[in-house]
Amino acid sequence: MKKTVFFGALTVAALVAGVASAATLDDVKARGSLNCGVTTGLVGFAAPDANGVWEGFDVGICRAVAAAIFGDPTAVEFVPTTGQTRFTALASGEIDLLARNTTWTFSRDTDLKFEFVGVNYYDGQGFMVPKDLGVSSAKDLDGATVCIQTGTTTELNLADFFRTNNISYEPVPIETNAEAQQQYLSGACDVYTTDASGLAATRATFEAPNDHTLLPEIISKEPLGPLVRHGDSEWGDIARWTLNALVSAEELGVTSSNIAELAAAPTNNPEVNRLLGTEGQLGSMIGLDANWAANAIAAGGNYGELFEKNIGESTPIGLARGLNAMWTEGGLIYSPPFR
Amino acid sequence: MSDTNTHSVSYVRESMLAESAPPSTETGTIKWMRENLFSSVLNSVLTVLSILVVYWAVSKIGPWFWNSVWDAGSLTECREILAAKGMTGHDGACFGVIKDRWQQLIFGFYPSEYYWRPVLALLVFFVGITPVLFDSVPRKMLILTILTPFVMYLLLWGGAIWLPLMVVAGFGVGYLAMKFLSPVNGLLGTIGAIILPLIFWLYLAGPIAGWLTFYAPIGFEFVPSKSFGGFTLSLVIGIVAIILSLPLGILLALARQSNLPIIKYSAVTFIEVIRGVPLIVWLFTASLLLNYFLPPGTNFDLMLRVIIMVTLFSAAYIAEVVRGGLAALPKGQYEGGDSLGLSYWQSMQLIILPQALKISIPGIVNTFIGLFKDTTLVVFIGLFDPIGLAGAIRASTDWNGIYWELFIFIGVMFFIFCFSMGRYSLYLENKLQREHR
Repeated sequence: MKKTVFFGALTVAALVAGVASAATLDDVKARGSLNCGVTTGLVGFAAPDANGVWEGFDVGICRAVAAAIFGDPTAVEFVPTTGQTRFTALASGEIDLLARNTTWTFSRDTDLKFEFVGVNYYDGQGFMVPKDLGVSSAKDLDGATVCIQTGTTTELNLADFFRTNNISYEPVPIETNAEAQQQYLSGACDVYTTDASGLAATRATFEAPNDHTLLPEIISKEPLGPLVRHGDSEWGDIARWTLNALVSAEELGVTSSNIAELAAAPTNNPEVNRLLGTEGQLGSMIGLDANWAANAIAAGGNYGELFEKNIGESTPIGLARGLNAMWTEGGLIYSPPFR
Repeated sequence: MSDTNTHSVSYVRESMLAESAPPSTETGTIKWMRENLFSSVLNSVLTVLSILVVYWAVSKIGPWFWNSVWDAGSLTECREILAAKGMTGHDGACFGVIKDRWQQLIFGFYPSEYYWRPVLALLVFFVGITPVLFDSVPRKMLILTILTPFVMYLLLWGGAIWLPLMVVAGFGVGYLAMKFLSPVNGLLGTIGAIILPLIFWLYLAGPIAGWLTFYAPIGFEFVPSKSFGGFTLSLVIGIVAIILSLPLGILLALARQSNLPIIKYSAVTFIEVIRGVPLIVWLFTASLLLNYFLPPGTNFDLMLRVIIMVTLFSAAYIAEVVRGGLAALPKGQYEGGDSLGLSYWQSMQLIILPQALKISIPGIVNTFIGLFKDTTLVVFIGLFDPIGLAGAIRASTDWNGIYWELFIFIGVMFFIFCFSMGRYSLYLENKLQREHR
């Protein structure tokens, strides 16, 4: 039917060009699957496995949203996007949700007309150095050669940091993370700087990870989160509150293993009941089933489970929770109440 | 000396000496080496230096291949296996990644139970193209060639068989229109042969195919374009673009030489604009800009957009290559055609193009090889060609940090395809050699 669709599209293109699309939720429901933009591959955050099944921390968000809508975490079409194509894909409606380790910034939120629905990972730019260098602080890096990805915010952050601390450096421009690893290991640069999560993932692949250390300084704020288009706040609400549901679930101790039991009948914790739809009408307020949040949590577990399974300390990447711990444990992960 | 002769005369030799072996320096390997490797002092020095360089390269790279690990599920496991042999990760390749992911590198995300379909499609392609490539194959096989694109479409994307059949039927409509309307009026026949199939495709093919599919759902499981990846994607884009760009390029080359200004300047503009902008820009146009022009909700297949762009791009290059061939023909050939009273198309078909294309073969094949390798550029718009898949494989925690093994595999695969194309072009040049007959 592809050709028919194509010819049909060409024929009616002029007619429907001006017509605004209906509500995103209706489109998604009519299509039967969520189009979710992810990266073409970033360790721990999104990557296809040997069978072509997408896995990762960002992928978990896509699956949770799909589960909240359809009750089926596999009702997702993953659209791989590159740094250049991601925003166009979202703006043009090719994807409904972008969960691609994208930093929430002022201009992206306002000028590019997107709506960040929350933060699923607080990242920041860090430094990795070989232990032999004998450096314990980034402020000791005077005169160092630094491997840096060109054309990114990390390059600007680096320049700012060295200027404010009045020390000099020599940049070694590189194009991709893969290239950076090779350059750094071959000694072409003393320091490699990028997002701390990326540094940890890179270090984990080294033959002798313990010969390298991450410096304590984090020189930028990189709050990464899923985003949607401006203009459909109801759709934004669904994505936002699905993320919040995962966070609340961790706070309330709802996990993928006990959720079947907790969702079966009302418990004596009213907040859990409201979250899982055994009490109140929260689901119908955003146009979903009563058990939408229960489905989202059952898809891949709560926020903490997703973190542990994909990027946490039990994985080769081995990221500590740090800023991404629950607010009750000194971190920044916090959800408004389900009420 | 003469004791072999009964009547010997001391100063005349009457019989031949037995053949003795040539001096050892004038025979076999030694002669070859003297002539080819050590013919002068400079050449001897260069030979020794070359041997040293080759030895150095092999001694550095050889062990890496020799010690390679094939049975490992992750890079860590590879390193453990190497460490157990007392080696570091630099001493041995980890081709376990190829063993683990080769199916993905070749088929992308194509459903594994249907892997036979792209393979069969490639075989069908080879069968379909033999009558074109080799004239020793019976001409009747050309019917198969005409059906090949439809069979390949069915095999690759699947779906009901009725839509491709309807497309074929459209050509049938055109043929019938030509046959029955031409006797009435030649122009009417030509117009009918163009208009009627278009009407058929636009308004009848879809509903009839839908109706037939509803009542007789015969066909294959539909596989969407986004499942294509790896070499399947490269080959589909490459082959389709190669097949479409050759006729388009020839037409453009002829149009550029046309005496009709509109045709001529449209062709010049098209060629110069397409050729003057990098392919990557056209790919971004296909993936980004078209999204804004198309109405929201229409999802005009990204792979189709890429194929169209790559085809147009290579057609512009082919046009210039063919124009070179046309320019190389002496004016007498054109005049000869005219003096025989041939029409434009007849003289092109019988006299000009066979010669011009023969001259252009190396250039055309060169463009095709470039085009095939350029398909890897689609990685920048998020399609999973082999290079893109290598990145995706590296993004799994198992294989993060592996480079050379993947690139070597991809390089070898590309080399096989490009080298075969180059060999075929040499064969064709030799076969069409007319000057020394």
